[in-house]
This record gives sequence, C-alpha cells and structure tokens, in this order.
Amino acid sequence: MTGTPFHLAVALDGAGWHPGAWRAAGARPGELFSAGYWTDLVTEAERGLLDFVTLEDTLAPQSEPFHRPDDRTDRVRGTVDAVLLAARLAPVTHRIGLVPTANVTHTEPFHVGIGIATLDHASEGRAGWRPQIASRASDAALFGRRTTPQLTDDDIRDPEAIARRLRPLFAEAADAVEVARRLWDSWEDDAEIRDAASGRFIDRDKLHHIDFEGPHFHVRGPSIVPRTPQGQPVVASLAHASTPYEFAATASDVVFVTPRDRAGVARILAEVDEAVAVTGRDLAARPLKRFADLVVVLGDTAAAAAERAARLDDLAGAPLASDAAVFTGTAAGLADLLEDWRAEGLDGFRLRPAALPHDLSAVTGTLVPELQRRGVFRTEYTSTTLRGHLGLARPASRYAVPAAG
Amino acid sequence: MPAGSNAGQPPPRAGQAKQVHLAVQLPGIHNVTVWTDPRSESQIAVDSFIRLARAAERGKFDFFFLAEGLRLREHKGQVYDLDVVGRPENLTMLAALAAVTSRLGLAATVNTTFNEPYEVARRFATLDLLSEGRTAWNVVTSYDAFTGENFRRGGYLDEADRYTRAAEFLSTAKELWASWGEDDLVADASSGEFVRPGAGRFAHHGEHFDISGRFGTPRGPQGHPVIIQSGESDAGREFAARDADVIFSKYSSLEQARPFYEDVKRRLAAYGRTHDDLKILPTATAVVADTDEEARAYADEITREQVSPQTAIAHLEGVWGRDLSAYDPDGPLPDVDPEPESLILKGHSVFRKGREETARRWREIAGERELSIRELMIEVHGGQTFVGSPRTVADSIDHFVQSDGADGFILVPHLTPDGLDEVVDRVVPLLQEKGVYREDYTGPTLRDHLGLGLPKETP
Ligand SMILES: Cc1cc2nc3c(=O)[nH]c(=O)nc-3n(C[C@H](O)[C@H](O)[C@H](O)COP(=O)(O)O)c2cc1C
Repeated sequence: MTGTPFHLAVALDGAGWHPGAWRAAGARPGELFSAGYWTDLVTEAERGLLDFVTLEDTLAPQSEPFHRPDDRTDRVRGTVDAVLLAARLAPVTHRIGLVPTANVTHTEPFHVGIGIATLDHASEGRAGWRPQIASRASDAALFGRRTTPQLTDDDIRDPEAIARRLRPLFAEAADAVEVARRLWDSWEDDAEIRDAASGRFIDRDKLHHIDFEGPHFHVRGPSIVPRTPQGQPVVASLAHASTPYEFAATASDVVFVTPRDRAGVARILAEVDEAVAVTGRDLAARPLKRFADLVVVLGDTAAAAAERAARLDDLAGAPLASDAAVFTGTAAGLADLLEDWRAEGLDGFRLRPAALPHDLSAVTGTLVPELQRRGVFRTEYTSTTLRGHLGLARPASRYAVPAAG
Repeated sequence: MPAGSNAGQPPPRAGQAKQVHLAVQLPGIHNVTVWTDPRSESQIAVDSFIRLARAAERGKFDFFFLAEGLRLREHKGQVYDLDVVGRPENLTMLAALAAVTSRLGLAATVNTTFNEPYEVARRFATLDLLSEGRTAWNVVTSYDAFTGENFRRGGYLDEADRYTRAAEFLSTAKELWASWGEDDLVADASSGEFVRPGAGRFAHHGEHFDISGRFGTPRGPQGHPVIIQSGESDAGREFAARDADVIFSKYSSLEQARPFYEDVKRRLAAYGRTHDDLKILPTATAVVADTDEEARAYADEITREQVSPQTAIAHLEGVWGRDLSAYDPDGPLPDVDPEPESLILKGHSVFRKGREETARRWREIAGERELSIRELMIEVHGGQTFVGSPRTVADSIDHFVQSDGADGFILVPHLTPDGLDEVVDRVVPLLQEKGVYREDYTGPTLRDHLGLGLPKETP
C-alpha cells in the first residue's frame, strides 16, 4: 500500500446516479426538493470526512440524451438551483466543501461570481463551483437571448466531435471563470479599514475595477462582495475530451475525468498534461488536482452488489449507462481499485452513488474506514476550508502590490 | 424629524385594532450604519446575518430584507469610501438564513433590468422550496448604465421602458411558477410516475421576452413568492397596486405617509383588489433607551455619526455635481451654483434626478434657519423615525399604524448585527400587550404572516 493520503468527494444528484434509484427501497423521491433530504445527505458525507460534495444542476428538466429534452415522466425530473442549495446546507455543516454546479452560458458572470463569493462567506471558506456550459438549443430558448446550434445524434457519438462543436461555448465559459476570479480578487484582503479618524470605511485604493473585455461580454467591477475567506473559491470542472481538458487547464483548480480502467487513467492524465502544456499553465504556481469519477453500486458482498445493480436496472427498465465507469462490488474491492488507479497519478476520486442514501452510507460507513485502515485517508479534518482540505494555498489578490523588500 | 413627532395617544378603537407588521433590513451601504461604534461588527460575515435574523424571528417579525446594489457607488471616479461598502448576493445569503430560522420570511431585492425571468423564477422557486414557503421578491427597476457596465447587456434600458419590462418580467415569472401544478410532482415509486406529463411546460411570446420550454423547478409552498415593490413614481404605484403584496416607502413621517397610503390603497380597487391585499411598510429607524430624554440624546449622537463632516460634503457634492472639498462643513452653503448635469456620485439613486430643485430647497432651508452645511445635511438626510422609551416607541408605532400612515415598518437598525435587540426585547412585548402585534406566528409561510392567501393561479 502506498500510504499516501488521497482525496475523496461524492457527487450528489437527485435520488442517485442510477435512473432507477428513485424507485428503490430507502429512496425518498417525494423529498428531493426539500432541505431536509439534502441536509441528511451532506451531514452523512461530512461524517465520512469527505473533502467535498458536488451538487448537480441543470437549467431545464434533466433528460437522458445529452443534447435534447426527452419529456420522460418515469425519471427524476426537476432540479433546484444548486448554488442556493449549497448555501442552504452551509450553516448545517462545518467542514465539508460545497461545490455547486452553475451554468455559465445563459447567466451573467457577475451574478454567478458574486453568488459563489457569497457562498464562501456563508460557509466560512468551503465554497467551490463547477461552471457548466449549456449546449442545448432548448436551453437557449428558456432565455431567448441567443441561440445555440442544435447538436445531432451523430454529433454526440464522438466526444471529440462534440467538443469541437462546443469549443466556442468553452471559450466563453473560460471568460466567465476569468471574470469571477477577477471579481474575487477585486477586493484586496485588507481593503476594509474602518478608519474613524479619516471617516473612511474602506481604503479605496485596495478595490479594483476588473475591466474585463471579451468577445461575449465586458465587466467593469469591482465585486460588490468583499474578499472571501478562501480568497478564491475552488473551481472544478468535468471533462471528457481535449477541449474541456483545455478548459480545465485554463480555468479549474480540480478536474474530474472519466477513465474506464487503469490504462485509461494513464492515457487521460497524459492528455490533461498536454492540455496544461498547451495552455501554458504553471502547475507549481497553480496546481491542478485530478480526480477520477466513478459511479458506485456497493454491497456487503460482490453478489449483493450485483443483485442491487440488477434490481436498479429492473426499476429503470434499462441497464445503467454512464459517461463514467461503473463499479459494482464491495467497499474493500472499491478500495483496491481506487489504490490501483491512483498509482497512475490521480489526486483523488469523485464517487457518484448509484442510489441514495444507500451508496453514500456505504462510502462513509464502509469504504472510508477501509481506506483509513490502509492509511490512505484522513481520520479527522485538519483544516477548515476546502482549499485547506485539498492542500491548495490561499491565493493573494492579483491586484495587490507586494510589500517592498 | 424631531423626536416624538409621531407620538401621542392612539385613537380609541372600535373593535379589532389594526395589526402592526414588522420587518428588518440588514443595514449597511447607506450612511445609516454607525460603523464607528465599537459594537459594530462585520457587514459580510455570516454570523452577523444569523444574529440579526434570529433576533427578528425572536420578535416574530414578518421578514428579513436585503436591498440590492449591483455596482459599488463611486465618488469622483473612485469607490465611495465613507459608508459601509460590500454586501452579499441576496438570494444566496437568504438561502443560508433559511437554515437557521424556521418562520421568518426572507425577502430579496432583485431588479428586472439586469436579469432574465427564467433564472430569477428558478432561484425564487428554489428558495421557496428550501425555506418551506418563506420567500419574498422586492421587484426593483433600476436602469442606470453605470450598473449596466457589469453586465452582458449593459445599460440598454430607457428609463421609460423599465416598468414595461418589469411588468412583463413579473408576469412571465408568474407563468413559469404556475407551470407546475400542485399535483405535478407525483414521485410514485410503485407506478413509476415521477412527474405528470407536461409539468413545467410554458411559452411566453411578448415584447420583452420570447421564451418557451419547460421550467425546471417544481412549485414552492407559496405558489410564488410574496411580491414587494419599492418605487415611488406614478408608474411604480400603479405597478404595486396591480401586482404587489407589499410596498415599501420612505415616508416615515405621518404627514407624508398618510397621503401616500391613501393614494396607493385607493388604486387597488381598479384591479379588483381590497384594502388589505397590499401592505404598506415604510422604512424606519427606532432609537430606544430607558427614558425619552436619554433616547433623544442618543438619537442626536447617532445622527451626528451618520452625517460626518466628510459625509455632509459628499452629499452636497452629489447634488451640486462639483467638487466642494474646499468648503468647511461647519460653514455656510457654497456660493457657487450646482452643475446638475454632472454626476459626481454614481450609483446613489437619491442623487440622480431633480437636483436643481433640491439645491433650491436646501438653500431656502439653510437660509431661513442659518444652518451650516453639516447641520443642513443632518436636517435633510439624518433623523430617526421613532425615538424614546420602549413605551413611547411602542405607542408611536401603534399610533402611526392606527392613523393609516402605514401597515407596519421595515426597521433599519443603525448597528450591525445586534441593533434590533432593543426593539425586539423591549418594544415588541408592549405592542403585544396592546393587542396590536402577534404573540406568535400563526402559520408557517410568509403569506400567512402577512395575512395573504395563495396567489391567484392565472397571472
Ligand atoms: C424604500 C425603497 C427601497 C429601495 N431599494 C432598492 C434597492 O435595494 N435596490 C435598487 O436597485 N433600487 C431600490 N429602490 C429603487 C426603486 O426600485 C426604483 O428603482 C426607484 O425608486 C425609482 O423608481 P420610481 O421612479 O418608481 O420611484 C428602492 C426604493 C425605495 C423607495
């Protein structure tokens, strides 16, 4: 065993990542839009000392095809705004990072940037953000401000082909993240002076216009939100192909990738390295944490897990299809796989529980103790911020003039 | 205005006295916050919001309110530095407060100019679900190009168009909220039906918005949030009479408040609404001490802190539109004329229009009473609404409401975050004793607190 600790996150989505999960025993399908349901899940994840949870989001109701609505009524449909959900969870948790998804194609970068900054204040330094593009023509129709080209069924068969089609949206998304990051930096740490003698609440020289100019928007700044506990909340993105790898290399602190096996890990990490090189990112100054995504169906025995998977497939009326690899088995088996893959250079994993709360409880109740026994996972939180959990330094504002000498 | 100007004996009551509604706004941004006071804490730390919200809930307040400003004010091209600067994004902070309160309403100001209906409707539906029905939306119509510089679309909206966009924005949002029927979320594991077919489907083809598809967020407990409006113009009042459940005003003296009250309530009938369908809540301050005398002395002290010499000059510059830093705040008004076309203070709505008229009026007041610049600014911008012992303040609030100056108040404490405690712990019990204020919440939702039914289904 390597003995070097790694990072563990869970991705929370509706009743779980299996489309049959909402019908499974123990599911709470009528409560998916209530605070109590999410509070139970996130406090459970925090009991497991996980680095963070991600909260999925979509603008329109979810659909099975990537590129168009399906109008199905036998699947979980409907979402709540994940940034607000994360904020609702902030006061009832204490250490775990909260990483909501927020769209950047149809939203205002200013609004999203100040929302995430506010989440960082509300959680006292535990905010992250997964910027997400919206590529469906039907999403554009919800806003009526622009159109996006409709992808065809042929387009979506090849990740590289979709990525090429979506390149302009990723470029715009990178600008949105850049705006958010500049807004987060626009207040220097010590801008608030409360100097009664001169009557000044702030030192106006320590607040900065960001003056972002891009092809899609310009934003003057500064932020309305003072500098946050983390300085910069953690940006994470999910990537399956070269264009999103480059987006991650440009914009993210954490990238979620979807290898199928150990060889896939090596190949994908090499592609991520190449994207880092192409974009000229200096990893020493700005580390990029690399997580692999895995859907997990867990059981006390391999047979019990396989049975659960089959039962979920039955409830869904179809076998599980996912962009990420699916692990079905015991927590010990999963621990073996995580350690094996990790040897290729991953920093951690984002597990997607197939059914909630079952597979989350298995992660916190069985997998985590197993990893702790092996000496590869923390036994207590040793920091209070998400950056702290991930070993990322708190950045200085880019606008701050370094002290002389 | 002078202490106790609203005091006096409440009129004798026939039958049930009008019930007082109270709400609180986290101060900051304007010069109402006395940040120089050692008890003044952070205006951005979540702990400040939690403490104020919990005090409001202890006092059985209707709601906790956050104002909005999407660009920091600027003075001579730099960020305005004399007041508290910096605040959270409203809905995000209110979502956090939903976790630490259980009855208090949560009201966010969100303008209709720099937003889109789909996103706003989705965020409010979310907050209504996550707070179990405690949401309100203060619909504002700010339009200035200065704020627009932070947004994709910029400051494109003419002043004349802002209420037409606002009205269509609101009716579109209502269509989105109504697109999920009460029974559309089925979640029946045995039948396998999660949603009813067509849940969330909408199509709106209008002048400002041409949108269609499916709304992604199920219906909240209130159907849709309580609607608040805070414009003062004729268009604003009409908008409120048609669409709002609550209107804010800034008229906190009875003389000014009563005509406003009467005018706005009179407009309701044209929209088939009754007197009680729209609550009028002026913003107000309360200074409470053991005796009236102590309270008056404290109120004077607060007011002087609120209008520092620097603030007095800055406000004057806002109206004059020119640099007046060479003038003595303790001296007379400047002999130079205003330049009403030049905007030296940007992002302060107060200093946007009618400045020549304002300057003329100020010269008159200062001339008549021989006021220095700072004294004049204290006269026109300072002053506390309710000042006195707990008894005096309770009587004044009651009197104001029974005299149809208002249905209640949005209190803006001068201290963050504990500035509401005196009102909650000393004034509220007296209002309860008088029978004009609830002993406890009578229902879970903000609509319940305000005595409003569920919204009508058709927008
Ligand atoms: C009590 C009160 C509070 C207001 N709060 C805000 C606010 O928080 N944010 C904002 O942009 N405008 C705010 N406004 C401005 C109004 O929404 C509106 O833009 C302004 O009053 C001009 O509208 P009118 O011409 O109808 O009066 C407020 C106005 C009043 C009277």
